[in-house]
Amino acid sequence: MKRLMTATALLLAGTAMAQAQGVLQLYNWGDYTSAELLAKFEAETGIKVTVTDYDSNDTALAKIEAGGHGFDLVVPSANYVPVWIEKGLVAELDLTKLPNHKNIAEEWLNVDYDTGRKYSIPWQWGTTGVAVNQSVYAGDVNTSAIWLDPPAELVGKINVTPEMNDAIALATMYMGGQPCSEDTELLKKVRDKLLEAKPKWQSMDYGMTEKMAANDVAATVYWNGAMFRARLQNPDVKYGYPKEGFILWMDQVMLLNDAANVEEAYKFLDFIMVPENAAMISAYARYANGIAGSEPFMPADMKDAPEIVIPAELADKGVFMGNCSPKSVEYITAIWTELNK
Amino acid sequence: MSAREQRRIAAEARAGWLLSLPALLLLAVAASGPLLIMLVYSFLEPGQYGNVEWRFSWDGWFGTLFSRDIFDGTVQLADAHLTILWRSVKLALQTTLFTFVVGFPTAWFIATRPPRARAMWLFLITIPFWTNLLIRTVAINEIIRTEGLINKVLLGIGLRTTPLDMLYSDFAVFVGMTYVYLPLMVLPLFAAIDRFDMRLLEAGYDLYASRWKVLRRVILPIVRPGIVAGSILVFVPALGAYVTPRILGGGKNMMIGNFIELQFGQGRNWPLGAALSVILLVIVMAALLIYVRAANRGTSSHG
Amino acid sequence: MADRAFSVARLPGFTAIAGLVFVCLYLPILVLVVYSFNSGRSVASFEGLSLHWYADAWANDRVVDATLRSLTIAACAAVISTVLATMAALGTTRRRAFKGQTFIYVMINQPLMVPEIVTAVALLILFASVKVATGYQGLGYLILAHSAFCIPFAYLPIRARLEGMDLTLETAAADLYASPWHAFRRVTLPLLLPGIAAGMMLAFVTSLDDVVITLFVQSAGQDTLPTYMLGQIRRQITTETYAISTVLLGLTVVLLTLFFALTRKKS
Repeated sequence: MKRLMTATALLLAGTAMAQAQGVLQLYNWGDYTSAELLAKFEAETGIKVTVTDYDSNDTALAKIEAGGHGFDLVVPSANYVPVWIEKGLVAELDLTKLPNHKNIAEEWLNVDYDTGRKYSIPWQWGTTGVAVNQSVYAGDVNTSAIWLDPPAELVGKINVTPEMNDAIALATMYMGGQPCSEDTELLKKVRDKLLEAKPKWQSMDYGMTEKMAANDVAATVYWNGAMFRARLQNPDVKYGYPKEGFILWMDQVMLLNDAANVEEAYKFLDFIMVPENAAMISAYARYANGIAGSEPFMPADMKDAPEIVIPAELADKGVFMGNCSPKSVEYITAIWTELNK
Repeated sequence: MSAREQRRIAAEARAGWLLSLPALLLLAVAASGPLLIMLVYSFLEPGQYGNVEWRFSWDGWFGTLFSRDIFDGTVQLADAHLTILWRSVKLALQTTLFTFVVGFPTAWFIATRPPRARAMWLFLITIPFWTNLLIRTVAINEIIRTEGLINKVLLGIGLRTTPLDMLYSDFAVFVGMTYVYLPLMVLPLFAAIDRFDMRLLEAGYDLYASRWKVLRRVILPIVRPGIVAGSILVFVPALGAYVTPRILGGGKNMMIGNFIELQFGQGRNWPLGAALSVILLVIVMAALLIYVRAANRGTSSHG
Repeated sequence: MADRAFSVARLPGFTAIAGLVFVCLYLPILVLVVYSFNSGRSVASFEGLSLHWYADAWANDRVVDATLRSLTIAACAAVISTVLATMAALGTTRRRAFKGQTFIYVMINQPLMVPEIVTAVALLILFASVKVATGYQGLGYLILAHSAFCIPFAYLPIRARLEGMDLTLETAAADLYASPWHAFRRVTLPLLLPGIAAGMMLAFVTSLDDVVITLFVQSAGQDTLPTYMLGQIRRQITTETYAISTVLLGLTVVLLTLFFALTRKKS
């Protein structure tokens, strides 16, 4: 028994010791972090990054808010950044520790949700649109009708991403409004449309890269980079930019207030702002990043990919997912809860 | 009874308690005790982004039955919750029934093998039970996918020209749960049949004409405790199932377990989640009570 | 006589159904194992034999980490729950029924009766506040939670073994040795050992299998093999997952075979 207790104590101490040798706990979206990037970081700094996945902004927020989580860095979407700041969950960055901060591309530096990037470091940005397997339905894919008024071929084969803000913003724009609308008459129509469309969907799930590629679902509301990767496996997958309006978004890394490995976190934040490293992030998940000068390091097939290059005639239909007013957030949450029942 | 005898009995009882105490303590900390905390949380206010505000509120319980319209504030019966609850109960019952229909012949088959072979068959039925639940669910997923084994065979032999859509449906969840919980039905049935005196069958055949009548009049009544035990063992985990509906239901065909989890994540309503957990617990306890009663009746009727 | 009983016992269609059940039970697992040796990238088609998914899994840090973590937790939980369950079994069997015995029995089996999701949610609430209060976020919570729900799995075989044991040996031992502790160590414990081993193995397998409670209790970077696999499955079903599953399956079968060997020696 004594031997056993010593062994247990050693084991627990072992995990504590590992902590001291430079580790970093990154809490990031699933299937979003390049293993090569982490390997390179470890080789350069000796810091071992452990990644834990989450699948939605709300899951991440709920877990961190519950407390006792043990994470150092988290990667919220732009519209959630103010929430994290306001709730005091994240720390203001000491920019003197981030010499590569200057590499942040001009258009991503003074964003309205974090002017001057004092709290958040760009990770990747992309669009939310629809993707269709063209062997099932060959019609126009540049419309949200694909999932809200689906053609007969697609009924029962559609997936909708369970990310609340993306789904409801797309639906609001389809009904003629703008994301973050507070117009209750319009929102009522949005809700009714969603409830009417829901029975025609197959699932509300993640993991569509593989499932679109494997023909498990025929259409999905999803993110461009993931559909890029699906197309590389299955050429029938076509990504569309809804002409009623599609979403532009950005995810950024933030330092948690109760982070245990602050120095390591700063090293990582500075590391990902090196253009070459930022390109590694993009090369894995296939989204653009917000670091100037990373393009030359990106894979060649990303430069003209239809999932990356937004068609000129639809460029003005993209709306950036920013911060919604509390009132509209309340409406969005309520609609989502109702839809999820 | 002498005083000495009484002291001895008291000492034995004390030793029994003392020996059990460490296990009871651990269970109180990490299994039973937290259930009480959950009860407390069901009476608090939800925080804006999850967690709770420490203010008393009936909202969690109110929310299990009623919902307020977001736009005009009118109160309606929360039919969505009832739908999910009903789907869970229905799927759990269907699973229980179907595992019995196929599990009974299987248990009978095993119990009527010669002793050596019996152990082997029993071993074979137990292996999947102890195999990772996740692995078994993934295996089912692989079979019923659009390009899975079943569809390949159906298309291959020309029975169908288009693949059957089975994944992400109540049917998929039902198949998955039947597969996952079947051994839990077979084992207690086997235990009951194993004790069954086969000579009774001969008497049965002498009395009744058909095998069907013997099955109904002789076999089923005697193995009833096994049926009840198996039903409970399948029904309880099936009702609270989380992994199987999550993988095979696609986030749309939720069961109560998934819905509870949703309240602690994206739903941001911990009190509602806690209240729903308490309701689930109550349903299970009611099922167990019925079990205990039925089991007692079963033993007294032929005991 | 026996032969006649068997013919009487044959019910029409039962053997066919049983056969079908066994096929259905093993077919999916077989598919999974076969596909884990698929050389192709997609699970949609079998392209040839290869071990490279095993190599990939082995080279994947997250898989190795999660495996080691799973084994650590399972080992700790199995030992703790078996020790506690052995004590409890000794306390509740083979003595005159005492007040509260039924209560103890119900409490010990409680994890079998409460749906996992309910316990998981309750533990999330409890441990979240403990984590905030103490600042400790280590594996202890998972070990504690796993030990608790493993107790009934360890308890049942040990109790069964105890009930089947011959009392006379112990009475003789009590006469021979001075202290009851001595008698326990020299006689009861060796006799009980197969039961303890069986209980420990069941506890180990049960802990290794757990998804739901782990999912709710884990802190940063504490993926176990099942929770890592759950994440993988939701994102993409890769052949790597099948390779891991096959290894886990192999491990379980080996442990179970040992378990059966041990329990059969008893009879």
